[in-house]
Amino acid sequence: MPSHTFVLNGQPVTVEAPDDMPLLWVLRDKLGVTGPKYGCGVGVCRACTSHLDGAEFQPCTVAVKDCAGRQVTTIEGLADGDTLHPVQEAWLACDVAQCGFCQPGQIMTAVALLRRNPAPTDADIDQIQNICRCGTYPRIREAIKQAATRTA
Amino acid sequence: MAQAPGPAPCRPCPPHPARRRSGPARSDGVDRPLARSYAHPRSRSGTGAGAAPRPARPEPSPARRTPPISTPVAPTDAPSRAATAGTPQTPSTPGAPASSGSGSAAPESPRPGRRRFLTYLLAAPTLTVAARAGLDAAAPASARAAVPAATGRTAAERASSPPQLLGLPGIPDVIDLGDALILAGLPTSHLLVLEVTSDGRAALHVPRLEVGQGLTTAIAVLVADELDARLADVDVPLSDGRPDLLFNQLTGASNSVRSLYDPVRAAAAAARARLVTAAARRWSLPADSLRTADSAVLAPDGRRASYGELAADAAKVAVPAVPATPKSPDQQRLVGRPTGRIDARDIVTGKAKYAGDLTVPGAVPCVVARPTTLNGTLKSLDASVARAMPGVLGVVRIPTGVAVLAETFDQALKARDALLTTWNPGPVAALSTADIKARLRAAHAPFLIPPLLTQYVDAEFDFAFVNHAPMEVLTAVADVRPGRAELWFAAQTPIVAQQTIAAELGLPQDAVTVHVVRGGGSFGRRLFFDAALEAAQVSRAAGRPVKLMWTRNDDMRHGRMRPASHHRIRATHALGQVLTYEHRAATVATDFRHGLGEALTAAGFNLSVAGLSLAQAFFLLSEKNPYDVGIPTQLLAEVPLEVPTGSWRSVYSGTVRVADEIMMDELARRLGQDPVAFRRARLRGAAARAVLDKAAEAGRWGRPMPPGQAQGIGYHDEHGSRVAYLVELDATDPKQPRVTRAVVAADVGRVVNPRGLEAQLTGALIDGISVVLQAGIHIDHGAVREGSYADFRYARQRQSPPSVEIHLLPPTGSPGGAGELGVPAASAAVANAYARATGTSPRSFPIDF
Repeated sequence: MPSHTFVLNGQPVTVEAPDDMPLLWVLRDKLGVTGPKYGCGVGVCRACTSHLDGAEFQPCTVAVKDCAGRQVTTIEGLADGDTLHPVQEAWLACDVAQCGFCQPGQIMTAVALLRRNPAPTDADIDQIQNICRCGTYPRIREAIKQAATRTA
Repeated sequence: MAQAPGPAPCRPCPPHPARRRSGPARSDGVDRPLARSYAHPRSRSGTGAGAAPRPARPEPSPARRTPPISTPVAPTDAPSRAATAGTPQTPSTPGAPASSGSGSAAPESPRPGRRRFLTYLLAAPTLTVAARAGLDAAAPASARAAVPAATGRTAAERASSPPQLLGLPGIPDVIDLGDALILAGLPTSHLLVLEVTSDGRAALHVPRLEVGQGLTTAIAVLVADELDARLADVDVPLSDGRPDLLFNQLTGASNSVRSLYDPVRAAAAAARARLVTAAARRWSLPADSLRTADSAVLAPDGRRASYGELAADAAKVAVPAVPATPKSPDQQRLVGRPTGRIDARDIVTGKAKYAGDLTVPGAVPCVVARPTTLNGTLKSLDASVARAMPGVLGVVRIPTGVAVLAETFDQALKARDALLTTWNPGPVAALSTADIKARLRAAHAPFLIPPLLTQYVDAEFDFAFVNHAPMEVLTAVADVRPGRAELWFAAQTPIVAQQTIAAELGLPQDAVTVHVVRGGGSFGRRLFFDAALEAAQVSRAAGRPVKLMWTRNDDMRHGRMRPASHHRIRATHALGQVLTYEHRAATVATDFRHGLGEALTAAGFNLSVAGLSLAQAFFLLSEKNPYDVGIPTQLLAEVPLEVPTGSWRSVYSGTVRVADEIMMDELARRLGQDPVAFRRARLRGAAARAVLDKAAEAGRWGRPMPPGQAQGIGYHDEHGSRVAYLVELDATDPKQPRVTRAVVAADVGRVVNPRGLEAQLTGALIDGISVVLQAGIHIDHGAVREGSYADFRYARQRQSPPSVEIHLLPPTGSPGGAGELGVPAASAAVANAYARATGTSPRSFPIDF
């Protein structure tokens, strides 16, 4: 079986998996990294959203071979030890989560958005596609704005 | 967690945030020092069942399963039944560890006539209290002392006369579904377990499911407040399926806070009294000179003993030296204050574990190939290619399809795609959305009032099927071995699941363990345990543990749905007054076979005598018109169709009350009145009018809006709570309507956690936007058309209002339910705003379908 090496949350990892296996299942079933969630498998719900070389991506639609040599960051790699990322802090301050299942993806999307755009407008936030079936959108919006202020 | 899975250390519990924090003593599965005390009130029924001292009984060890307690059920007089059957029974507990037997019956508590405590020591430094307060609440004679917060009529009082009320409108004003479920749960409400451990943690084992509704946080707030513990010291693990709880482990009907508010506080008050007593003995001080704060007992001289230090001594306290009376509302310091979720940090760091994230040794990924039509059956299967694919571990036929086991989900999915299958058409293969709509339309009973001499307004509405679509697809881990089975999944009805799976496997019920795992949303979906049943079937057939997951496509195409419905409403009016109001609802039959019927029977409803179907009973207990609209009648006609259905957040109210609220707008228009003023003049009760007034005032009802934009109002009361939504909607592009602002006013009685309540009311708003404007399910020749969130268009950020403002009114009573409350009013407000913004009269929902 082919072997693939990439950097996962700051640590190099090598894993044996078919080339075309979506990274989501490599993370969840082979590496035990379960922060990225399965919600649709086709890049629509975005519950698995993580970062590839610092940019948002959906591991359910990217093959493991395409991650070789690259930096993969999941929700588990966002905090610096016990020090949460400002977006995570904003998520706590706004008590965003309900069931929590989509929130790792929501947070990773928000982090990527704020990297591209440190002061997003309502219209920018409206572009976020991640589904939250509990309907936490207003608090997500509030948390993103708060995080933008914190990081400014 | 008390229900650690058996003594064998090789089968560890799945990690649970609360469990991890509660330390090694909580999960080692071996006998450990443990004391439990039961508090129960003196019987007032005169049967003597609760009056004589009862022998202590050992509590089953957490490490072992016990046979179900055979608590008698069924007397028709609910209050007296509650008082007698609720007395702790004396089960045989052959599996219990040897008791050290200090459990002689305790003498009367220092509060004469109030309580006795049965205490017995099993081994040591864990104070465990199981208290009942639900019974006190139901027994007026003792309620005064036991539940100072109780105001208004209790569930039992309201329930005392349901039979003669059946058939009259407004039954939910007298007893609603939540009351009925509280009654059904009363006999076991004393079996709530609160433990205070020597490492200073307080754990309330909650026999409910957390799916995002914030229940565990609300319970933690109640415990911390009543115990004077730090919130961070409180854990709220989800109990395994506990058949001894009978009907008291169903998460639904917006009932959890309503049913647990008193028992949880009673348990915590009992524990606190023992901790204070233990400190008083240690220091030789009068117990009433001590106070408690921050998880410690404090003496006037400044000495301090933490709850952890006192737990062992407290466990030996048979008779507390201070009253174990829960605080009155003015003494509460956390209840009513906004509190963030206790699991928020686990969620934002990705540590929160759902069923699919558990590592149960040996459990392999599994997916199921399903029929091409709803409830179709397998005709032929050639699995030879699939079996030969990399990573594939097995192919198993089960009644619902063909399961594929593999080393990873990716391999299982690819092998599933490689199965060569043909399917027999399902029972509704000839039907499509339009056919079902026609059947519903034809199912109505005729109107009673012929519109001869009066003016009238007629309207018809239809609502499409709606998938629950929780973010976490159905997932269950099952490990079926000879003679026993163990399951892990998000279960709203774990006892029914346990019974059903045991029957399926041919095992005794107590050979099946159901571990309840947090769920990634539910909205009613997890009342049923479809994936768990399949996982058990596959695990048995394959002879290995499996982790079975429905794909999103499985969930859309074969998942349960809110039934489609059709509504015919006729209101007659004269001289500006509504004279009669008839609402005929026809729905595809809702599947309630998750223990609800048994619970209603236990609550004293003899459905067969009353000539009611279970659905009709549900309808009668939940549906009412909150307005004085002359003579209202409501009838439900069910159309049985073999499609998967189930309760969807707010159940019948999600359609019935939405149609009513649209009708209120149309009647107001017909009578030349303002929609808010028209409602206000007809709403029953000051609390209802206060909520409507607040929404109208805070939302500036009637403010000028640009062309294409409008306000809309919706009101609903249920579960002992009431809410009004005012929304503003921009339909400048009628194809892309956007709710731009929402103002919500709610009175849900005593609020435990306003932050959590606001989250529920916000979620209900997004539900309303979704199902009214754009999210629904089509059926084409017996198959569901939608396949994912791409075409089942639940709202995204761009459809949610940038501004949501929520006003919580001063409570008018004890805690009401709130999880489902908002959906009907929010949906109606959105529909009414759309109608006003576009000048149309929407009749079919979702509007963009």
